[in-house]
Amino acid sequence: MTYLAKPKLHHPSLVQNKVCRTRRDYEGRVSTLCAGCGHDSISAAIIQACWEMDVEPHRVAKLSGIGCSSKTPDYFLGNSHGFNTVHGRMPSVLTGANLANRSLLYLGISGDGDSASIGIGQFAHVMRRGVNMVYILENNGVYGLTKGQFSATADQGSKSKKGVVNSDTPIDTISLALQMGASFIARGFSGDKQQLVPIIKAAIAHKGAAFIDIVSPCVAFNNHPGSTKSYDYVREHNEAVNRIDFIPTREEIVVDYAEGQVIEVEQHDGTVLLLRKLHRDYDPHNKIGAMNYIAKHQAEGEVVTGLLYVDNDARDLHEHLNTIEAPLNTLTAQHLSPGKAALDKINQRLR
Amino acid sequence: MNAQLKPQQISAINDFVVKFANVNGSGSASANELFAKAILRMGVPVSPRNIFPSNIQGLPTWYEIRVTEAGWLGRRGGVDLMVAMNPQTWNNDVKEIEPGGYLFYDSSKALPASRFRSDITVIGMPLTEICNATYSDARQRQLFKNILYVGALSVMLDMEAGVIEQLFTEQYKGKEKLLDSNVQALHLGRDYATKHIGRIALTVQRADKVGDRIFVDGNSAAALGCVYGGASVCAWYPITPSSSLAEAFQSYCQKLRVDPDTGKNCYAIVQAEDEIASVGMIVGAGWNGARAFTATSGPGVSLMTEFLGLAYFAEIPITLINVQRGGPSTGMPTRTQQADILACAYASHGDTKHILLFPEDPKECFDHAAAALDLADRLQTPVFVMTDLDIGMNQRLCAPFEWDDAREYDRGKVMTAEELESGRDFGRYLDVDGDGIPFRTYPGTHPSKGGFFTRGTTRNAYAQYSEAGPDYLYNVHRLLKKFDTAKTLVPQPVIRAAAKATRFGVLYFGSTSPAMHEALEALEAMDLHLDAMRLRAFPFSDSVVEFIDAHDQVFVVEQNRDAQLRGMLVNELEIAPARLPKILHYDGTPITARFITTAIAEQMRARSRP
Repeated sequence: MTYLAKPKLHHPSLVQNKVCRTRRDYEGRVSTLCAGCGHDSISAAIIQACWEMDVEPHRVAKLSGIGCSSKTPDYFLGNSHGFNTVHGRMPSVLTGANLANRSLLYLGISGDGDSASIGIGQFAHVMRRGVNMVYILENNGVYGLTKGQFSATADQGSKSKKGVVNSDTPIDTISLALQMGASFIARGFSGDKQQLVPIIKAAIAHKGAAFIDIVSPCVAFNNHPGSTKSYDYVREHNEAVNRIDFIPTREEIVVDYAEGQVIEVEQHDGTVLLLRKLHRDYDPHNKIGAMNYIAKHQAEGEVVTGLLYVDNDARDLHEHLNTIEAPLNTLTAQHLSPGKAALDKINQRLR
Repeated sequence: MNAQLKPQQISAINDFVVKFANVNGSGSASANELFAKAILRMGVPVSPRNIFPSNIQGLPTWYEIRVTEAGWLGRRGGVDLMVAMNPQTWNNDVKEIEPGGYLFYDSSKALPASRFRSDITVIGMPLTEICNATYSDARQRQLFKNILYVGALSVMLDMEAGVIEQLFTEQYKGKEKLLDSNVQALHLGRDYATKHIGRIALTVQRADKVGDRIFVDGNSAAALGCVYGGASVCAWYPITPSSSLAEAFQSYCQKLRVDPDTGKNCYAIVQAEDEIASVGMIVGAGWNGARAFTATSGPGVSLMTEFLGLAYFAEIPITLINVQRGGPSTGMPTRTQQADILACAYASHGDTKHILLFPEDPKECFDHAAAALDLADRLQTPVFVMTDLDIGMNQRLCAPFEWDDAREYDRGKVMTAEELESGRDFGRYLDVDGDGIPFRTYPGTHPSKGGFFTRGTTRNAYAQYSEAGPDYLYNVHRLLKKFDTAKTLVPQPVIRAAAKATRFGVLYFGSTSPAMHEALEALEAMDLHLDAMRLRAFPFSDSVVEFIDAHDQVFVVEQNRDAQLRGMLVNELEIAPARLPKILHYDGTPITARFITTAIAEQMRARSRP
């Protein structure tokens, strides 16, 4: 399966999106991950979301750290520039890249070892800074590439494939990102594409630090009885707070849900999210409420999914820094060098 | 002072050392700087050095000013006039004075005779007493004590009061109240000294030896070089002695880099959470086509090394300014050394080598910072500017900054959308010109061409995934070729020939420069002749080999324990170690001409013996 090259020819009847591209234009190389890996479903959801959003593939920069999840940017958006950086340090590279050119869409792909263990510092700080990005954490609670060690998101009491029981407290990346100031927070499940694709689309439209934690079972090392990140466990314990429909700005909004069940969330760019609320008491604009809700349901062993928090008026790092609209990487000596006359004045003051 | 016991007195005009012993945080630094600047304004070169602890308030701090009409800007060693304002360090401060020297102190509280020396001239002035009598505010009492001693010294050394007043006028423009009170304090000190102390045999005499030179610290100069060199992204983490560099960049940018039409910034500065993040950010920015730099010191470089390896292999332009200090983290953060040479030249895992530039003074900090940004883009690799605390944090007299408005930035080999569209072959790691430097594309350039996946070394010349041996070898050999190309692009060594033909040479670099130049003159006066070469970069140019080959013995002068640069000469150029005798200074103080002269003279005489 993974060693077979994909045929290059496109079927003429494949549907094109508004930027005249078919879904195939959003694909990457053939995945080298294990068959059934949750990460491949996430890649497929990213492809679908980008195609449906009419994103131009070359206007995306996809960055990752090190690990199974971090290999995946090679498997989608083959025409985009990608950067497989350093273990746990994707957030800093993404931040710098974003500073250099604010006009691209930044996709950060990471895993639980990458973000919650070695990279928890950079994970926290990139959220604090409000870097405009879509940060996807493919969370399987385990180190796959090094064969089955626990990561920091593994639940206390969960069992590794070798039978070892994890005694450390897990890090809940959702709660952490909320606390650190991310302005769009969602959790999905790689096995539920219906819920996941609209979440990714909404995150792309969001301006600010958008974080999606996606529970993504590891079929090789964390899909056995006793694991809390297996397909079976998540399906049994999934507690979806809402289902999103994502409506781009130019389309007519058609609400087909009964009043009281659906709320409209208008995003900064004019796009609208329709949240089909599964829980009447859940308000995604209430940060403290979200924290409580997540903590309460987590204590009950439930995996809360859906759009958990969104701040539509979020400011991003460039707004904080008051940077010029033109990408910094396009500025020439004319903008950057203050010139000889200014230097002569400086010299004069230093005498 | 009893006239009969008056010891012999050092007599000198425009050639002596004054040292101020103060308490950190007492406001002395600005008064001492005022004193140094006043001498400069009288046309006499000075070379001041802050000797300070890792502390904000309370610990001892010193400010040493070498007054030198001859223009020797290295540290001389020894003290002719000690201004002893710190009881904690009194004994050592008094001990440090040259025989025949002078001690100026606050005599408000009587001290037993045993605390003084008989071979120096002791001058007391009741500073605290005068201040307490004149000022009621505690802060004023403290601050004006410093201005009072500047006033007294100006009388003792025959300095012009008008020059100091002029400096006050410039400093307190628009703050007339502060101006008046400072001028008043100055004259309070001058009047007392005129009446009770008088002149000593050390004299500042108006001269014309400063010329159009400027007086600036290397950190500000390097920051300005980054502004002019076109850096638009700076990520940094505070670490002594480099913090003031990033802060200077911020303040220059606020003045010089704001778009007049929109009021928006043509720069982005982020104080990162640590040095791993700061280097990660500039790697991201460099990858994405912005000129990016960080300023740091040794411990910061240690944290950055994993990224440095990636940047080397992934060929990402970044500039790092390492203001070197003593190591490790709790080592000597406020003392100077050249001890990160090896750590930077070969930073990271795997076979890596990095470009290093060695500025000698603030002027070259400016030039090298701007040059580093060009070199990083041209060579697509990390470039280090290796300054140190001695240049970085001390104001130094140097040539004025220069900039040619016609200068364009060298952005290196970047393939454009038009070139890609025309069908030009793009291999991210393909050596198309034979110089080892491939083309790159910025993300977002072309809808269907030129995109690539950046990773370490597991790829072929077209950036496709590969773990094949031949692909790896092609790549690392090309990187070596690129490093060879760098030899001709970096600042070339500067040679200074001896007055007489000689079989001895000396190699030196960075902040050693002024002390070395002075030592060469002193050695020449002793009829010891050496050709000298100042290295300005690694990789070493071919002229370095030629220079070494032209001499039997070449001394290598460094400010570190392990002769790090010499080790690189031995390894990179395959020079027999015995031909490169070491001259090493590494106690945390700046190297002196006296030290170099003595060490080289001894070795030359020993080696000249049959």
